[in-house]
Amino acid sequence: MELGVYSFGDVQQENGKLGPTSQAIPNLLEAIKLADEVGLDFFGVGEHHTDYFPASSPATILSAAAAMTKNITLSSAVSVLSTDDPVRIYQQFATANIISGGRVEIVAGRGSSTESFPLFGYDLKNYDELYAEKLDLLMKINALEKNEPLTWEGQFRAPIQEAMIVPQPEHPIKIWLATGGNPESSIRAGALGLPIAYAVIGGQVSRFAPMVDLYRKAAEHYEQTGDHMQVAIASPGYIAEDAQDAKDTFWQAWESTMTTLGKVRGFAAPTRSHYDAESGRDGALFAGSPEEIAERIIELHKRIKHTRHYFQMDVGQLPHDKFLQSIELLGTKVAPRVRKALASGN
Amino acid sequence: MATNSKLIIGIIGAGRLGTAIARQSLKAGHRVNISNSRGPQSLELMLGVLLPGAVAMTVNDVAQKSDIIILAMPLNKYSALDPEWLAGKIVIDAMNYWPPTEGRIPEFMNEQVTSSQYLQQHFDRARIVKTLNHVAYNEIEEHSLPPAHPQRRAIALAGDDDAAKKQAEQFIDTIGFDTIDLGDLQEGSKFQPDTKLFNARLTKAEIEQIVR
Ligand SMILES: NC(=O)c1ccc[n+]([C@@H]2O[C@H](COP(=O)([O-])OP(=O)(O)OC[C@H]3O[C@@H](n4cnc5c(N)ncnc54)[C@H](OP(=O)(O)O)[C@@H]3O)[C@@H](O)[C@H]2O)c1
Repeated sequence: MELGVYSFGDVQQENGKLGPTSQAIPNLLEAIKLADEVGLDFFGVGEHHTDYFPASSPATILSAAAAMTKNITLSSAVSVLSTDDPVRIYQQFATANIISGGRVEIVAGRGSSTESFPLFGYDLKNYDELYAEKLDLLMKINALEKNEPLTWEGQFRAPIQEAMIVPQPEHPIKIWLATGGNPESSIRAGALGLPIAYAVIGGQVSRFAPMVDLYRKAAEHYEQTGDHMQVAIASPGYIAEDAQDAKDTFWQAWESTMTTLGKVRGFAAPTRSHYDAESGRDGALFAGSPEEIAERIIELHKRIKHTRHYFQMDVGQLPHDKFLQSIELLGTKVAPRVRKALASGN
Repeated sequence: MATNSKLIIGIIGAGRLGTAIARQSLKAGHRVNISNSRGPQSLELMLGVLLPGAVAMTVNDVAQKSDIIILAMPLNKYSALDPEWLAGKIVIDAMNYWPPTEGRIPEFMNEQVTSSQYLQQHFDRARIVKTLNHVAYNEIEEHSLPPAHPQRRAIALAGDDDAAKKQAEQFIDTIGFDTIDLGDLQEGSKFQPDTKLFNARLTKAEIEQIVR
């Protein structure tokens, strides 16, 4: 089981207001460096384009992180593939991959936040068609042999004639399909032979178990086998020594971020009782003590056999020092417990 | 139709919302017909794993062979449906005009006309009931409770056809929710995105307080 963290780059509070977006980037790099030092397996940076989530360019951050870290796997979480150029995404991630010595991956999603569509001039009417086509192109580029030129034609970008797409890392980049729970996405990942990352950000985690079954069934049906057919879970989470402290601290961050998102997306702000339910046993929010979080990961693993679980901790202006403490606890207290339990088959 | 009678529920759209409603309907003992944009064959794998017992059909067949039809597809694809298919049918519009998720749609930008009113004009002979649109898909399963439970969540309805609304209310009761009839389709404006009812877990009494 690989454990890790993901972030959209949380802008800190300054005098009761949102501080500068620039500060989020060095904060993020500091967090990634720490995650590597405490032995975590994964750090993902998710593309967003807002004044509260400013990590609009994951590959750039990952390139810097690649040069600062030794072992940790670095990835987008997610890249909004639908509104980007797959050639460009490939080039940027391939470059970061080479800098890191092969540690950089791509988690590609359709985009649950849609601000990149108007920003880059795409029509949400083509939400799924854009993704399908761009994923096809990205996979084709990634599968090219050494020095093999690419010829490709599609609906949403200019055709490509005998073009070299460089640089090529030594091995293909690991590409994951990200989904928020649309069943068709599980089938698509299975059919295409891609590992799958589920974003579980609300409700009960167990509702994803049938989705994972569907993914594996689709993989079997389309004869996509191999060790790379893995399942990852991305969920909000926060760890503190004391369980109640963890829940209270993360509630403030969660309430703040969901209220902001609610205003943008037109849904009601969360209530504490709702939060308490969702940060309980089967909930999507993994806020708690190291023991509790380890137990919940192990419990979930029994059902869905995921190989990677990563947590979004820094939302809603969570103080940066608390973010770092939570990363440290994940690496030093949660991870050893989970590894031990899974190694002994519990 | 009596409260306990089993219905044939026809769902158009087999994504998050459509499959959640389908699962709850099967649990309640109803029969379920379901469709997507790519034809029944494309649904086989999914139904086998997620919805054993549901029947995959074309959209037209779902409309012809069901007692209640539920629109659970992106609103921005509404024009793919032939108004003829829905003529005379009880149709639950569970969709939203929700620019942050599906973008702007010019014909839905008039704030004086709710999205369901626009659809009622477009599907002029359908008996449209706006409901189920303001509940997150996972909560259709997770918040379902038996009748008379003190915390039972309520789901709002609006529609111009009283008999259609009655039948929709009976159906929603069977899948685990109270209902609250807020009036004709215009009143759908009270539980669209950007309202207090949208995506909020509320009982019938709590909704009454908010809308009063
Ligand atoms: N998700 C929620 O929590 C929720 C809650 C309440 C209301 N809603 C509303 O429900 C609607 C659907 O949302 P969703 O989240 O379920 O979307 P979704 O997961 O993207 O699923 C959409 C479904 O609609 C199908 N579809 C698309 N075009 C169609 C057509 N022309 N004929 C028949 N089926 C078609 C798609 O099939 P293909 O795969 O074949 O294209 C897919 O199965 C939206 O209007 C949304 O506002 C959603």
